[in-house]
Amino acid sequence: MELPALSITDVRAKLRAKEVSPAEVLRDLDTRIAQVDPHIHGYLSRDLDAALKYAESADVSLPLGGVPIAIKDVINVSGEPCTAASKILHGYRANYDATVIRKLRAAGAIPFGRCNLDEFAMGSSTENSAFGHTRNPWDTTRIPGGSSGGSAAVVAADEAFAALGSDTGGSIRQPAALCGIVGLKPTYGRVSRFGLIAFASSLDQIGPFTKTVRDSALMLNAIAGRDPQDSTSLDEPVPDHTALLGRDLRGVRLGMPREYFIDGIDPQVDAAVRAAVRHYESLGAEIVEVSLPNTEHAVGVYYIIATAEASANLARFDGVRYGHRATDATGLLDHYGRTREEGFGPEVKRRIILGTYVLSSGYYDAFYLRAQKVRTLIRRDFSAAFEKVDALICPTSPEVAFKAGDRSDDPLKMYLADIFTIATNLAGIPGISIPCGFADTGGKKLPIGLQLLGKPFQESQLLQIAHAYEQSTDWHKARPALA
Amino acid sequence: MSAQFDVRYTAQLARLHLSEEEIAKFQTQISQILAYVEKLEQVDVSGVEPTAHANAIFNVFREDAPRDWFTAEDALANAPRSANQLFIVPKVIE
Repeated sequence: MELPALSITDVRAKLRAKEVSPAEVLRDLDTRIAQVDPHIHGYLSRDLDAALKYAESADVSLPLGGVPIAIKDVINVSGEPCTAASKILHGYRANYDATVIRKLRAAGAIPFGRCNLDEFAMGSSTENSAFGHTRNPWDTTRIPGGSSGGSAAVVAADEAFAALGSDTGGSIRQPAALCGIVGLKPTYGRVSRFGLIAFASSLDQIGPFTKTVRDSALMLNAIAGRDPQDSTSLDEPVPDHTALLGRDLRGVRLGMPREYFIDGIDPQVDAAVRAAVRHYESLGAEIVEVSLPNTEHAVGVYYIIATAEASANLARFDGVRYGHRATDATGLLDHYGRTREEGFGPEVKRRIILGTYVLSSGYYDAFYLRAQKVRTLIRRDFSAAFEKVDALICPTSPEVAFKAGDRSDDPLKMYLADIFTIATNLAGIPGISIPCGFADTGGKKLPIGLQLLGKPFQESQLLQIAHAYEQSTDWHKARPALA
Repeated sequence: MSAQFDVRYTAQLARLHLSEEEIAKFQTQISQILAYVEKLEQVDVSGVEPTAHANAIFNVFREDAPRDWFTAEDALANAPRSANQLFIVPKVIE
């Protein structure tokens, strides 16, 4: 098997045994990217020379020693651009590492390559990038999901061993599902966001894209933990997330939320997820039907809270400290207005306007405060369900990857693509998407994702449950046929 | 409520210029989104506390002490316009 096709676990074994050097791994990966990425456009940039130089001091005895990791272009890496796939960050170069990057480096990893995304992580298809859209490796006429579509696509296409993404309403899990890989959104507060360009601060969380569940646990081990520079990161003990992998599922109770098995889901997705549920039963898990009655309100609550927070977070792009600045402005307001008009793309503008409106005088109580109250009801739904079960099992996305261009001018329809992932962020709980089958669509095989949702800070058990399914099925071994 | 949505006024609040084409398009699209989210009005939230954050943590303090961080050069490295170790800002007072 070619090196870039390996998992972290497997390439790490070769690095430790000194069968290959970090430089050889990087060169092979770079060659693979040069071959494949013209068809995928998962990367916005990469700097092989800088990575090779950094690799000279890589300590292969460390947990991720010598392993290159791709980074969503919304996380700051010292010395590199960080565009958020937006023209407004034109010319910006980070002069500090995000905490997750500092931690990856401490674990021996080599940050390599910047992944495409929907501008400022706003979108579900990676079509909102100012620098061209990313294509799904399983069918390049289709979208890879979003907003971390570049991170998902490069891992699926063996252009990366693993990647970091961010998940505000499903932006890790949905593209992982649509690209047929593993995507983990940790508990809110599990991973520091210091150095992540903020979208919606009460929802954002950084997490890994990997080829296997074990790799996901290794990545979480490296990036988790309290950080004094992110006051929302919690001082919870960080266990070894690989410790429970391989344990059987006797006594584990999985809940099927009835609101996640509804009309309107792609029948092939529904069938694959129901088959996965039966598979879990055969592995010894007990299946219980549960209800999350406020699920139908999640998308509405999300698009109030997320846009409100975004409108405040994106106020910092004012053309003064970094990024694009309009020339020849006639005054202060014209300077702001034109800098932002020229720098932001259509979806970002739409969300800034919506978020500004729901926070504006006279509408705050009716929209924002009410949404926060319904958010409480959504959280309570999950708390009640977790009194009966250890984890929830459901589809990640109601559909497989759709055709590029199909929804780019219908924002509401695009927002509904996140119907099964959004409530997780509102509740702050961890979630993972793993491959559970393929849909046959027009002669093409398109991946289907199984979503497992866990109790706060119980990622270890979530990974154990995911791993048991993965290791007793073959879905994760399938790879798209690319050049 | 969405009937009162005025994209032009909201764009002013957001310090964001829009083209006439964008104004027309956003007026329609955002009105549709607002009509969708208005179904939250039907939810009974009497006596329900708002959730601002997924974790109930408040007032995280640290010592108010200097530490190593950006130098002035670092902070200015990305400025579109700077001089004499300062950001150049547009004229604020006429």
